[in-house]
Amino acid sequence: MGLFTRRKTVMVDSDILVIGGGMGGCGATYESRYWGRNLKIVCVEKANIERSGAVAQGLYAINCYMGMQWNENRPEDHVRYARNDLMGLVREDLGYDIARHVDSTVHKFEEWGLPIMRDPETGRYQREGKWQIMIHGESYKPIVAEAARKAATEVYNRIMVTHLLMDKTRPNRVAGAVGFNVRNGNFYVFRAKAVIVAAGGASHIFKPRAVGEGMGRTWYAPWSSASAYALPILVGAKMTQMENRIVLTRFKDGYGPVGAYFLHLKTYTQNGYGQDYEPTWYESIKERVGDYVERHPVPTCLRNHALLEEVKAGRGPIRMVTKEAFKDPHKETVGWENFLGMTIGQAVVWASQNIDPKEINPELTTSEPYVMGSHATCSGAWASGPEDCAPSEYQWGYNRMMTVEGLFGAGDAIGGSAHKFSSGSFTEGRIAGKAAVKYVKDLGAEQPQLSEAEYEDLKKIVYKPLENYEVGRNEIVAGTVSPSYLLPIHGLQRLEKIMDEYVGGIGALYTTNEPLLTRGLELLGMLKEDLAYLGAEDLHQLQRAWELQHRVLASECVTQHTLFRTETRWPGYYYRADHPKLDDKDWHCFTLSRYDRSSGKWEMEKAPVYHIVD
Amino acid sequence: MPTFVYMTSCDGCGHCVDICPSDIMHIDKTYRRAYNIEPNMCWECYSCVKACPQNAIDCRGYADFAPLGHSVRVLREDKKGTISWKIKFRDGREKNFVSPIRTTPWGSIKSPSDYEPPAAEALNSQQLAHEPEALNIDALPALTPGQLKRGVL
Repeated sequence: MGLFTRRKTVMVDSDILVIGGGMGGCGATYESRYWGRNLKIVCVEKANIERSGAVAQGLYAINCYMGMQWNENRPEDHVRYARNDLMGLVREDLGYDIARHVDSTVHKFEEWGLPIMRDPETGRYQREGKWQIMIHGESYKPIVAEAARKAATEVYNRIMVTHLLMDKTRPNRVAGAVGFNVRNGNFYVFRAKAVIVAAGGASHIFKPRAVGEGMGRTWYAPWSSASAYALPILVGAKMTQMENRIVLTRFKDGYGPVGAYFLHLKTYTQNGYGQDYEPTWYESIKERVGDYVERHPVPTCLRNHALLEEVKAGRGPIRMVTKEAFKDPHKETVGWENFLGMTIGQAVVWASQNIDPKEINPELTTSEPYVMGSHATCSGAWASGPEDCAPSEYQWGYNRMMTVEGLFGAGDAIGGSAHKFSSGSFTEGRIAGKAAVKYVKDLGAEQPQLSEAEYEDLKKIVYKPLENYEVGRNEIVAGTVSPSYLLPIHGLQRLEKIMDEYVGGIGALYTTNEPLLTRGLELLGMLKEDLAYLGAEDLHQLQRAWELQHRVLASECVTQHTLFRTETRWPGYYYRADHPKLDDKDWHCFTLSRYDRSSGKWEMEKAPVYHIVD
Repeated sequence: MPTFVYMTSCDGCGHCVDICPSDIMHIDKTYRRAYNIEPNMCWECYSCVKACPQNAIDCRGYADFAPLGHSVRVLREDKKGTISWKIKFRDGREKNFVSPIRTTPWGSIKSPSDYEPPAAEALNSQQLAHEPEALNIDALPALTPGQLKRGVL
């Protein structure tokens, strides 16, 4: 025991603590400095902000840009688009807020040096689609990280934040966070007047299609370990729309993006017999969701649904028809550079399988489900909205403040604001950063009060997996099988199997029901108990252990929400087989949950959807 | 395609260890050179490949779906501001691509504190830094309270 608790504790004081240095965290750091010139702003990241978060690899498009300077779109148009795509349920106040600011974010990116393509005829940004602009974004993240580094007082790389800390004198007020350095093992206690959670969403909570070496080739980054959810959940912040997991239609095996192919290259899909299959399923989709099927563009989940039904009918594989478009050398270049800029693995898959889209129409597939808040989905924390346009029930404090005082969020951490993508996540970080500065200034000289007992207890908990391993490994000769501990990969695989089979993963064709969810919760409960016996051989495995802890808690939340919403709102994302239709009468609302750490119980409730845009 | 490191090229400098978003590039204690400790948590993001000063890191497509014989090589020249790719198919065909990565010098971004401080009352407005100028329109859009309506519960 002593071996592990003797680790050095480093205390870091700050005014604003930003957890996670991806797009949301960099935006929060930048904006906090603009408004809080004399504040101490600390950004903490489990990797290296130069290449961290979902944009580490780069991007070939910015998917959220209004183009207000050219009268291309208005913010309210984007609200309508996101609402339509998410089958009616988005926080319109939050979405509007991002949309009205996002152009200034993108213009700064260009000023900082991000190469944005221009339409040679109009001189405007090259559109990929109505909302998307095309970029040469290999260095998107390093550029944005440079801006954040200039803004931060201190950036701490390679620190995995495990828990938030609460103020001992004021209930329901955040006071900081703890974590450990994955290189030297030091324990970090951050004290902060305001905390902005800008950590990542969740990959690897459902079993991925590739379970061998290729399990890392998930669509969302394998390092997106649900910290965006677990950190706020553990301190009792309300979460929303956690059932709204996303399934992506992507190129097979590499999960290479299809946006540029559909929108810019004008390629299209067909079944294994060369037929257009989407019209086949029109009537049956209408029966499930009513007139949502008539909307344009067709919601992402419904297009998934048609693809899935076609495959189930035995007419796969589904292919993207690229042969025609790729005859144009410019389009061929765009098609390849699209992958090299953001999903290099797809180029490798095609090179390895001799797939040249000029000659072969490549296969598509649907991914395992993911939980995140920034793409065509909106899981995350329930947050207070903008002062000027949020309905009163969506306002209890500062913009983007969660239901815990002083705790803010951005990007994947904030629920309801779908379709923000990279630029919108950075923008939401900016919104949260400014609001956090206001909160800190209003707080005046009052200092957050940490409980030493609390963080000393957490220190023991955080390093426990090292101790479990050290003690337990002496029982066995060698190998990975121990009666006393589970390795993080063991726990991860059990989690993925439970979620896959009981909560609507690929193995169950995204289908679940009340008995399955109930049984899934029982098994998740046992997994949660077993997490006390995680064994970590070294600091890297300790990071994996805490990523797993975060994933399991987020998964339990997802399962509770899925059980609560007794309808199938997003066929193509998941199906409640016992409630197969969309039910606007009872479920045109948000689902909210709150976790009680001491009892382990979840409270569920509904919250109204306000349509603030016609 | 998880990464691997060529024994004769790696000098153990640790750039890959420093940059890997998944924390899977580590230094082998015996050989004092880098290697991928957890290939099944590799996203094939190429951050390490691009960062390696010795070009010692390459990728071999995931064994569970990528046949052998391919390669995707990259050269990132940050001062020149370009990235160059060479794709080699299993059957030997090649494709080459070059793209810009940045239009300004590295390190040239201004800190937000290098700008004129905003007026104190602006903290209570809806405007973010550099707005409305950076929007390239006259004013930040807003909805009036009259536009708000109650949705379906």
